[in-house]
Amino acid sequence: MAQLPFIAAVDAGIHQEMRRDPSVLYFGQNMATTENDQFVKEYGHDRVRVTPISETAEIGIAIGAAMAGFRPVIELYMAEFMLVAMDQVVNEAPRFRYMSGGQVKVPLVMKAGFGFAAGWAGQHTGSLTAMFMGVPGLKVVVPSTPADAKGLMATAIRDDNPVVFLHHYLLTLETGEVPDGEHLVPFGKAAIRRTGGDVTIVATGWMVHRALGAAKKLAAEGINAEVIDPRTVAPLDLATILKSVGKTGRLLLADQAPRHASVTAQIASDVAEHGFSSLKAPITQVTARDTTVPYSEPLEAYVIPDEARIVAAARKLVESKAPARKATPARKAGPVRKAKPAKKASPRPRAARPGARGTPRRAARQRRGGRR
Amino acid sequence: MSVQVPNAERQIWIFTQMLRIREFEERVKRSFTDHPGVIRGHTHLADGAEASIVGSLSHFRKGDAALATYRCHGYPMVLGSDPRAMMAEIFGRADGLCKGLGGSMHLTDVKNGFLGTSGIVGAGIPHAAGAAWAAQIRKKGDVVLSFFGDGASKQGAFHETLNIASLWKLPVVFVMENNGYNVVTTSAQEDANAAAGEPLAVKARAYAMPGVTVDGTDPLAVHQTVGEAIERARSGQGPTLVESKVYRLSAHGNIIAPPGVPLHYPEHEAIAVFGKREEYEAALRGDPVPRFRGTLVNSGVLSSAKANEIAKQVAGEMQAAVDFALKSPFPKLQSALENIYA
Repeated sequence: MAQLPFIAAVDAGIHQEMRRDPSVLYFGQNMATTENDQFVKEYGHDRVRVTPISETAEIGIAIGAAMAGFRPVIELYMAEFMLVAMDQVVNEAPRFRYMSGGQVKVPLVMKAGFGFAAGWAGQHTGSLTAMFMGVPGLKVVVPSTPADAKGLMATAIRDDNPVVFLHHYLLTLETGEVPDGEHLVPFGKAAIRRTGGDVTIVATGWMVHRALGAAKKLAAEGINAEVIDPRTVAPLDLATILKSVGKTGRLLLADQAPRHASVTAQIASDVAEHGFSSLKAPITQVTARDTTVPYSEPLEAYVIPDEARIVAAARKLVESKAPARKATPARKAGPVRKAKPAKKASPRPRAARPGARGTPRRAARQRRGGRR
Repeated sequence: MSVQVPNAERQIWIFTQMLRIREFEERVKRSFTDHPGVIRGHTHLADGAEASIVGSLSHFRKGDAALATYRCHGYPMVLGSDPRAMMAEIFGRADGLCKGLGGSMHLTDVKNGFLGTSGIVGAGIPHAAGAAWAAQIRKKGDVVLSFFGDGASKQGAFHETLNIASLWKLPVVFVMENNGYNVVTTSAQEDANAAAGEPLAVKARAYAMPGVTVDGTDPLAVHQTVGEAIERARSGQGPTLVESKVYRLSAHGNIIAPPGVPLHYPEHEAIAVFGKREEYEAALRGDPVPRFRGTLVNSGVLSSAKANEIAKQVAGEMQAAVDFALKSPFPKLQSALENIYA
């Protein structure tokens, strides 16, 4: 085990596979521009290349190389850049195996960061996961820990299908234990990050850590949350979620993406269909507000959900069928606000937001009658 | 560069392949009236481009790959696909080349080097470059042929890919079949080079690669031009853009209509939209298939009797393809849920 930052763990996953399999290629914009590049040094320019800013050609070339027997990993940097080449992502890569009657495989990884809610405004902050999860033929991976980042990347490269690998930008410098040597994390197997019997919280990416923070606060109030990280949303491990809901009877879905046609909406629909009898209360979604992410710091914080919103929603959810629970005093805003400074201890690479965070959100909550 | 003129036997092979494409597609076209409802959706015919297709593919060797567009019946035919499986695919049947999952626009035959077809204009061009990257890494001298139309040269995928292919010296030949029309839009209406009276091959100049224009109705000229481009690619000198000028003898495709409306091939756009009957009739008079037959008979390569014998044999082969496809069952419903993931 080594302590590695998230981003180094992703690289470790790519190295692991490039070392064992000469058919793995790695290319993209603004990489491998000198002979000192670690990937160039180890694997050479046949397999590691810099490209111009040409996403359509980059992904299209990966598709062709994949059909011809290679396993390309495309460095796309930001998930939004896939939108430039949406035809290749949605209507080419995942279609060829099917349309050819199974004659070809298209094993490739589209590696992209997302969710950079650090003042990057409207076009570089999106949580676009849901755009890809509903495309038959695509797999979608959202690691939340360095260990998973390595293991899921390795699995993505070995997978015989096109995989969208979405790493959260706010987790880039988070460090964690990463297994040395060969490490693979299976697709379609959720991780239970915390066990609890009162409410099930499902979250992906950066939001997993907000959910864990919220669970800690809820525990202090006597509410035990179970936190589930699906790790891959396509395939989605619905069984683990249903099992947890069977135990807790309450489901809270937290996501950084806006609510409409989202990952949380999909999970809510699946659980409503297959786990309705387990539910003691309506499914609750804590999501970004349905808008473009704004630039200004307090506005950004207002739009994107945080621990406080998860705590408040979980508390409300648990109380909705358990009014006798001793949580009533905590409904006041005070304790939640007081808990906030603890967040500053978090090493995540994000500017502190002195003073600005709670106010507009709380005002809005009051306006909306506390719905969120 | 030394591309050899095909010998007599090879010239007869070229003629036979051209005829096979034509006879196959004539039966696709006729199916709309002979067997209404059997073909669904959209089909696109290569009539008029046979010389370009066969002339280009006459250099193909094992290990090479070809990728094309939705107008894709001709290439696999030349590369060795079974016309019965091709027709069954177009009829949506279980014995289809792609198990009935792809249809007319998505013929694929990997074992014969036909890697795939995108129905989205220009989208397949980078796929060809990707396969060429694979060939470059393998260093066996394999090349990739990328077939697309003039319309695709207005897509970003075309420009992005030509830039990278030239930069990386990929072993790929871009064969642009310029039939002068993007559906019902003429080249001069949509292409700055065409409007300025320039050949579309000049687009290659922007990407520091050779761009050549060839008469795509003359299979021997195409053989020569594409052959030189292939030699260049095989020897590691990079890609070439070949503009192969053809005339599409049928309309862009069968009519687009909701279910219940019988489908058919409408009149060519030159007449139906632009009223240029003489232009179309001149193209018909220059039909490359009978023209090449005449060339071979006149030069003594082929006797009339032998040409008739070939024609009879090809007609029989293609009629058998239709009969086979009509008898082939529909795929099992469960097969719609197979092959989504590998």
